[in-house]
Amino acid sequence: MSSFSTGGGGVANWSTLWSPLWYCRRGMAISRRTFLKASVGGAVGVSALGFDLTPAYAAVRQLKIRNAREYKTVCPYCAVGCGTIAYTHGSGGLNTTNTVIHVEGDPDNPINGGTLCPKGASQMQLAISPRLRKSPMYRAAGAEEWQEVDWDFAMDWFARKFKESRDNTFVERDGQGRTVNRTNGIAWVGSATVANEDAYLITKTMRAMGLTYIDHQARI
Amino acid sequence: MASLAATFGRGAMTNHWKDIKNADVVLVMGANPAENHPCGFKWALEARDENKATLLTIDPRFTRTSAVADKHLQIRPGSDIAVLGGLIRYMLANDLHHADYVRAHTNASFLVSGEFGFEDGLFSGFDEAASAYDKTSWSYQRDADGFVRRDPTLEDPRCAFQLLKHHYERYTPAMVAQIAGCSEEKFLEMADIICSTGRADRVGTIMYAVGWTMHTVGTQIIRTGAILQLLLGNIGRPGGGINALRGHANVQGATDHAIVAGILPGYLKVPTPEQATLRDHLDASTPTPLVPDTVNYWGNYPKFLVSQLKAWFGDHATAANEFGYQYLGKQDGDATWLSIWDQVRQGEVEGFIALGFNPLLAGPDVPRLLESMSRLKWKVIIDPFMLDSAEFWRAPGMEPTEVQTEVMYMPTTHWIERDGSFTNSGRWAQWKEKAIDPPAGVRSDTYVLSELFWRVKELYQQDGEDAVYNEPIQNLTWDYLNPREPTLVELAKEINGYDRATGQLLSSFGQLQADGGTSAGNWIYTGSYTEAGNVMANRGTDDPTGLGMHHDWAFSWPANRRVLYNRASADAEGRPWDQNRAGIAWNGQRWIGDVPDYGATTPPDGPGAFIMTEEGVARLFSNHLADGPFSEHYEPVESPTTNPLHESVAVNPVINWYDGVRETLAAEGDDFPYACTVYRVVEHEHFVTRNVPLLVELMPDFFVEVPEGLAAEKGIENGGRARVWSKRGEVEGIAIVTKRIKPLLVNGQTVWTIGIPVHWGFVGITHGSMANLLTPYVGDANTRCPEFKAFLVNIESTGPAST
Repeated sequence: MSSFSTGGGGVANWSTLWSPLWYCRRGMAISRRTFLKASVGGAVGVSALGFDLTPAYAAVRQLKIRNAREYKTVCPYCAVGCGTIAYTHGSGGLNTTNTVIHVEGDPDNPINGGTLCPKGASQMQLAISPRLRKSPMYRAAGAEEWQEVDWDFAMDWFARKFKESRDNTFVERDGQGRTVNRTNGIAWVGSATVANEDAYLITKTMRAMGLTYIDHQARI
Repeated sequence: MASLAATFGRGAMTNHWKDIKNADVVLVMGANPAENHPCGFKWALEARDENKATLLTIDPRFTRTSAVADKHLQIRPGSDIAVLGGLIRYMLANDLHHADYVRAHTNASFLVSGEFGFEDGLFSGFDEAASAYDKTSWSYQRDADGFVRRDPTLEDPRCAFQLLKHHYERYTPAMVAQIAGCSEEKFLEMADIICSTGRADRVGTIMYAVGWTMHTVGTQIIRTGAILQLLLGNIGRPGGGINALRGHANVQGATDHAIVAGILPGYLKVPTPEQATLRDHLDASTPTPLVPDTVNYWGNYPKFLVSQLKAWFGDHATAANEFGYQYLGKQDGDATWLSIWDQVRQGEVEGFIALGFNPLLAGPDVPRLLESMSRLKWKVIIDPFMLDSAEFWRAPGMEPTEVQTEVMYMPTTHWIERDGSFTNSGRWAQWKEKAIDPPAGVRSDTYVLSELFWRVKELYQQDGEDAVYNEPIQNLTWDYLNPREPTLVELAKEINGYDRATGQLLSSFGQLQADGGTSAGNWIYTGSYTEAGNVMANRGTDDPTGLGMHHDWAFSWPANRRVLYNRASADAEGRPWDQNRAGIAWNGQRWIGDVPDYGATTPPDGPGAFIMTEEGVARLFSNHLADGPFSEHYEPVESPTTNPLHESVAVNPVINWYDGVRETLAAEGDDFPYACTVYRVVEHEHFVTRNVPLLVELMPDFFVEVPEGLAAEKGIENGGRARVWSKRGEVEGIAIVTKRIKPLLVNGQTVWTIGIPVHWGFVGITHGSMANLLTPYVGDANTRCPEFKAFLVNIESTGPAST
């Protein structure tokens, strides 16, 4: 936390303040905004924190999140549901794209109180990874390599394969003459990583298509 | 979650993360939250540091959670029921249970059929040919009105309490030690602490994860934990409960919304072929009360299902067409993971779609899985990153030219490029904002689904009269503003549901109707997006109770209730067991505190506390599972020892054996002397984190964790290399020689346990052996969750440490 350095000896034990248990132990008596205001407000003498935050020498370096837009989101990893804040930069102009410049724990969130684990703390590298793919890829039967295809090709192929297999395997009545209206020729799995609303749409769509082989990560 | 539903009527974490701070005793078993749920685990530390709670771990390894625990008990993988059964016996033998709670809130007093029994490892009704139980004898005695006979004194030898006591009588401390390999003395120390919460002024919680689930007896392990907590009076109370720690951001939500075999959103049931009509399905799915004084909330099943069908098929769902009941595919037999891949293996499945899922690394017995996968005609992988599963045709050992499966990979958005809600383990659905646009070329999952839907629908229209049955597709409601990519707000509202007459969003599932007057995609989420706005996006931080309930933060299903079964937090008169940790309390007119799991103004002398069961109370004895009304210790299918309780029935007698699987298990004469288990480390989350440079730098390589003594015996050096193999496959990597796993004396013989992390594969920044090359293709008798956590291997050194 060197950029927060106050220069005052024995003033603030920042490592304690930022330890994983700091917020929860104090029941979040101050909000993150108040805290930031108190921290970087410049002219503040003895702050709400009860100690002097006045810069001793030169002005503190501006925070990199200054002027950034904040978005309240949730960590994508385990199911604790830690609140996070994604900071983005970008002019908002027509030919510009905003990008994430920083992600940190959301101190207002009662579950994590601003803390994050190693995975959560490094999630910016997941968010804007150069390893993220940008094009559908098709691998033909017996092929040794992928070929890049466009979305229209990919979706057309997907829909035709889906319908073809549904047609091949759809059962209206089973061997005992009972109406079953299902296909067991197509299976869908996942995901425990999509939003509730997409999860719901997956179930609604696939059940309407007649699938019964539907499962996700909770099983394994 | 099958187990919790069988016991309490709902399958979900009973309490929530922050509530753990209210406990006096925190038992972590089958989980390692310090490593896998660090920011949730801090509430256990909070309980320890601020509440003088005792933190206990029971695990095959001394984990990072054990490192900060007050006490740790090392046990053999797969011996959990023996240990938990031993705790139950110890508690009852010493009268340490919470007697008033047990009498008020469990089925302890219910009389069970005289036909029910247990002998030589088998419950009554075992059908050997079918490898299944006829559960007729697992039933209650009924009176002339059809209600269950009860004995409030709990002295009748046929009451559930006495049967339970008798059943676990065999689980003596000596037997626990013999099976689990722990010392009797250490077990008893643990037992004293755990059983100290069987009083009104003390409360304890259990944190568990897939360390319990992933066994052939996984459901029954969890049930034993649930029984333990009921006897101690710890269910429904702040600081209590039985808390499943989920492993992905939205496992809970994806389960609630039923991307799950056998269920529909809100834990409704997928129809079966015998249920020819909607009426048949509703009759079979709607329980009838077993006692006169029960809410029996599942009695509302028809309202939930009809409202869901209205959400799906709108005006095409009418009373005349059974609200579109026949549009749903009817499921025959099991449809879970292992069964799906077994059908693929048999050539019955042509196409396979995985969205946000890496099946090849996630499933057991990778060699078998690769063979099955190659029999697919086509496969679609939808994910932001390239996955091992998409490239299975060039996995190590595969010959691409021989794999005739066509594969399509589609890059879709991830969490930060889309809004929507995640539901955490504690049932809190939190709305997240979209922070950035996806890169050009990337589409959303919603787009892929919508585009697939429209294109398939149009192809069927082109087929005209010759088309295969596609009425449900043509009639599926898809009235979104942009039908090619609905917004998640539109979907959230559809899930919440509407009054169809007024078009107003509903505010409570109490408004749902069975006549088609209401729609709701998922009844347990009704109330999450109302006319007042998006409740999931609420960010109020007030906590008036001081117990961490935070009712103004997000939405907690059901009905924004923070602790399930909270009526049981108070005694028969409605007084909280503990005034300092009151869940709800009766003030003479109404219940105050948490959102009551009970009528808000129903007096305490009304129906039973567990409104989701037809008994009105929680089930110590339950006929809802496949493998017994009580739990029983069975060995893993690959075990280093016999079952001292009943040698002839060593393993769970009702698990399903898929074709050719017995041959893949270690048999007599094979040389697989060591127990093995698999786990995660904090730096990785399954496989996706192998795309994150910082995390790969922290934890770059696959490794094998070898106990010191065994390493010495095998000449394996710390930092050297080792090969581990099972009957199914082998892994190889850096050896970490550890003190964290001690040898155990089991049944008079020494048992070593080896540990393997699960995170590696062949696509990503770092490559390494797939742990599931080793694991067996066999699952739990109820859920068919595979037995990842206990199997047999052998080990050898493959090289010294480089200097």
